[in-house]
Amino acid sequence: MLSYAIRRLFGTLPTLLLIVAIAFFMMRLAPGGPFDKERRVSVAVEQNLIKAYRLDESLPMQFVRYLGNVLQGDFGPSFQYKDFSVTELIWSGFPVSLALGGAAILIATVLGLLLGALAALRQNGPVDYAVMATAMTGIAIPNFVVAPVLTLFFGLMLGWLPVGGWSGIDNAILPVTALCLPQVAVIARLTRGSMIEVLRGNYIRTARAKGLPERLVVARHAMRAALVPVVSYLGPAVAAIITGSIVIEQIFGIPGIGRYFVQGALNRDYTLVMGVTIFYGALIILFNLAVDLIYGLLDPKVRYD
Amino acid sequence: MRSFRIALKSALVALLFALATATAAQAEMVLHRGNGTEPETIDPAKSTGVTENAIENDLFEGLVTFSPDGKEVPGVAESWEISDDGTVYTFRLRDDAKWSNGDPVTANDFVYSFRRTVDPATASDYAPILSPIVNASAIIAGENTDIASLGVVAIDDLTLQITLNGPTPYILGLLTHNVAFPVHQATVEEFGDEWTRPGNMVSNGAFMLEDWVPQSQLTVVRNPNFHAADEVMLDKIVFYPTEDLAEELKRYRAGELDITYDVPSDQVTWLEENMADEFHNTPYLGTYYYVINLTKEPLGADLRIRQALALAIDREILTEKITQAGELPAYAWVPPDIAGYTQQATFYKDMSQDERNAMAAELMAEAGHGPDNPLAIELLYNTSDNHKKIAVAIASMWKKIGVETTLTNQEWKVYLESRDQKNYQIARAAWIGDYADPLNFLELFLSDAGERNDAGYSNPEFDRLLAEAAGTVDPAARMKLLEQAEKIFLDDVALIPIYHYTSQHMISPKVVGWEFNILDIHLGRYISLVE
Amino acid sequence: MSIAAPDFRALEPSIKGRSLWSDAWRRLRQNLAATTSLVVLALIALACIVGPWLLPHPFDEVYWDAISAPPDFANGFYFGTDENGRDLLVRTLHGGRVSLSVGLVATLVSLVIGVLWGAVAGFVGGRVDAVMMRFVDILYALPFVFFVILLTVMFGRNILLIYVAIGAISWLDMARIVRGQAIGLRRKEFVVAATASGVSTFDIVRRHILPNTLGPVIVYVTLTVPSVILTESFISFLGLGVQEPSTSWGVLISEGAQVMETAWWALVFPGAFLAVTLFCFNFIGDGLRDALDPRDR
Repeated sequence: MLSYAIRRLFGTLPTLLLIVAIAFFMMRLAPGGPFDKERRVSVAVEQNLIKAYRLDESLPMQFVRYLGNVLQGDFGPSFQYKDFSVTELIWSGFPVSLALGGAAILIATVLGLLLGALAALRQNGPVDYAVMATAMTGIAIPNFVVAPVLTLFFGLMLGWLPVGGWSGIDNAILPVTALCLPQVAVIARLTRGSMIEVLRGNYIRTARAKGLPERLVVARHAMRAALVPVVSYLGPAVAAIITGSIVIEQIFGIPGIGRYFVQGALNRDYTLVMGVTIFYGALIILFNLAVDLIYGLLDPKVRYD
Repeated sequence: MRSFRIALKSALVALLFALATATAAQAEMVLHRGNGTEPETIDPAKSTGVTENAIENDLFEGLVTFSPDGKEVPGVAESWEISDDGTVYTFRLRDDAKWSNGDPVTANDFVYSFRRTVDPATASDYAPILSPIVNASAIIAGENTDIASLGVVAIDDLTLQITLNGPTPYILGLLTHNVAFPVHQATVEEFGDEWTRPGNMVSNGAFMLEDWVPQSQLTVVRNPNFHAADEVMLDKIVFYPTEDLAEELKRYRAGELDITYDVPSDQVTWLEENMADEFHNTPYLGTYYYVINLTKEPLGADLRIRQALALAIDREILTEKITQAGELPAYAWVPPDIAGYTQQATFYKDMSQDERNAMAAELMAEAGHGPDNPLAIELLYNTSDNHKKIAVAIASMWKKIGVETTLTNQEWKVYLESRDQKNYQIARAAWIGDYADPLNFLELFLSDAGERNDAGYSNPEFDRLLAEAAGTVDPAARMKLLEQAEKIFLDDVALIPIYHYTSQHMISPKVVGWEFNILDIHLGRYISLVE
Repeated sequence: MSIAAPDFRALEPSIKGRSLWSDAWRRLRQNLAATTSLVVLALIALACIVGPWLLPHPFDEVYWDAISAPPDFANGFYFGTDENGRDLLVRTLHGGRVSLSVGLVATLVSLVIGVLWGAVAGFVGGRVDAVMMRFVDILYALPFVFFVILLTVMFGRNILLIYVAIGAISWLDMARIVRGQAIGLRRKEFVVAATASGVSTFDIVRRHILPNTLGPVIVYVTLTVPSVILTESFISFLGLGVQEPSTSWGVLISEGAQVMETAWWALVFPGAFLAVTLFCFNFIGDGLRDALDPRDR
């Protein structure tokens, strides 16, 4: 398994390179540029700007130059936020998104697994329906509805928590709640679905016949096998959630990096979008590798050769 | 690494803020201000937006500054003389103006700053508004490489002389713009692009930069070296990015903000009924309009169709029921309340809407269109709930006179490009004045204005009047010429004015010193909080 | 003396063979939640397809006297009106056409492409798996906004493009989940046996891998529908997808969320349609999973 992991890690570089190349050319093909504003800059100024940012070189030349810089760790200045470099923006924003997203997915996983297992064990009974219906509301109501409702209720009406900003622990409670609700629903349903199948398996019947307490049957045998689809889902899901959500960050006024993916693209902030894309791409590749290794832990028969 | 220090510092600040708010809040007077989007930069030579301007107005002070009610008053310059032909302004600087690090503010600082702004290497977006200054345009365009030939000269440490191409009565208004603010030479030269960082930045305004956590908050504290520091009452101002207006309002109502940047339009009616004394709705120097692409048929050639489209819009109902934010229906291009300028009007201003509709139907019939032979029009707007509402409403008004409108929504940058390339038929647009003078609105449509003239408007008489105004010394005579130019422009129907903007803010009753002015500029040095 | 063999054929008619599908259908029908959901879903679909033609108010007609009006039986605006004075009931039904069809397409793409991709990658393993999954990784990482913008640039504003854009991303998660299952199944005895006895890869995937991944697949398909409907509203913001005056549930809900404090009906009604549809999909999904489970005999 170790040699497999090492081989995979070597494989990340070409994949990242492809991501960088495709993303780079994709962005430049889109109409509009970072300097287009409603107060149209005069031709002279636009020329100045283009020269200052080296956008007058040929596209392949710019790509090579960009790649060279990236390999030295320089992701360039942000086109939109001229006082900060891309590295600084990601470095200051990522810990925030990580804290929020990490807390949310952790809570969601624990809760989701519990609820899903419970529903599976009481399949098609009232508990199953009740648990699943509650879980489903997490997905049925979009986060841009949940978040303002939470701030309205807990922030304005009850006054228990701050409405926005990022200056203390209380600022994290509502956003984490809004982030984790849909995840609870997905994880609970995936767990339930695969747990139901697993519970019919031969070895479960054997374990029960041997007289093992139900708790152990579930925790040690059933859960392990049932976790596979959940883990498959979590790989990219964790990468996505810890790189922030633009909706949550805008509504709660949180300085994460989620908005850079969308705002950066809408502003044609090429360097910023490239920076977060590379970052996100690296995370995806790493997490998917971790997921594959975890398959090995869950099911000893898994081999990758 | 510097960025790590920033991250660490912001974490510490956050922690300390949390601890300190409980204890020190009573001792310090802190204003919490919602400021719209995250500032792109606080380098006054490079910034372009209202959000940045609000911050820079507190950090820096130019030759001329604003009084609370928006009038130009002496800033760093305590007095000035104007030559007889109106082209040479000599400013005497005050002797007690200091930078936040104690250095005196001298005329050389201004020379350095103006040169830096027009220097092509700085790539300043707004430098062209300095074009009235001798050689400015040529330097910006790179045609004149001798930057020192700019018409800004230091006669001595406290005397600055600016030479203009022609009499420019609005130059004082121009000099209040952030692009004319001084920057501290030694700081810029030492830190380069990082001179705007907290800890590096040196400024000469009533406040100085204390901290900046991107996308979270920007904090300024009083500058003890400011020449009027004893008049400044606030200890600190915190600017928050507030992109979601509904959330901003909630934060205000929860007491987290003292002033909001704007107000969600669907809540205006409720606010007027329930929070009337905190909701402030005042005229703002801007016009929302639909620009017509005059290079495309049939609109370009047929004045009657353009007139019909302009007539058929019921601006009263639009502002009353759709936008609901107390905007003023617009029958002119240049907004009202500019001192010395008589507002012009389109020919249909005093008609009733029924009369307008009737005339519109007639004109369309003459042009060969009507409900049985509809004219197909494509209306372009950028993604926004507000623009969409207005477009849908106007499309339904146009339907009555036989126009089938296709609503085209494009994302911001694509939309800008469409307008630049004149790849549209009718597009939604808006213009907010940079300074309170009609020229700022009218010069957009000079035939040589390039991409800014996205209607493709060209009228030699209009150009001639504007050129003549540029050479007129007497302000009243100049205004008359501009009024004539606007009248011609309006009659040509190159655009359809829809409404004049208002600025809306929620302002806490604790706030004192916020007065209303048409540019919506409010300096922190005049503001205080009472309990 | 000859002993006649019993006539087995005479015995056959009383034992009618049951195929997997009729068996599953029978069990599905017995699931109350699933059948109710099927009926409700059919009713919603019917209402969305036929409703706008039958209702008195056109979906794009502006009623100036009823701007942002609350639900009112008297003047026929049962769901109220939106900020432009258009009847919300008819717009909700009209929007359902887009949303339901988008959900359907995404489901199909997810099922056809995603499941096959994941099954092949997981079962075949090795270099094939690596390449296929890196391709998925790349698609995940690319900035979606630019992809959508480029589609508008290259193909204009064709409504079919929403399906392309949605289709391009909705199979990715499914591929990962199915691959995860397939990797586990690869070493199972019956699969090893099938390989050993020379069954082709295609047949193994079809008859052994796929049926055993049904559980997570069906569950996940029902989970993609809501996210796809909301992604569609995001795409419409970017200028692709539905254009005014057309609308969709995602767009209606986004607009409703803006005015939720002053015009609750603009959010609640389209939101309720979305929620009910999702619940239906879920119960049907669960019912299908139960009905098709090969071990549930």
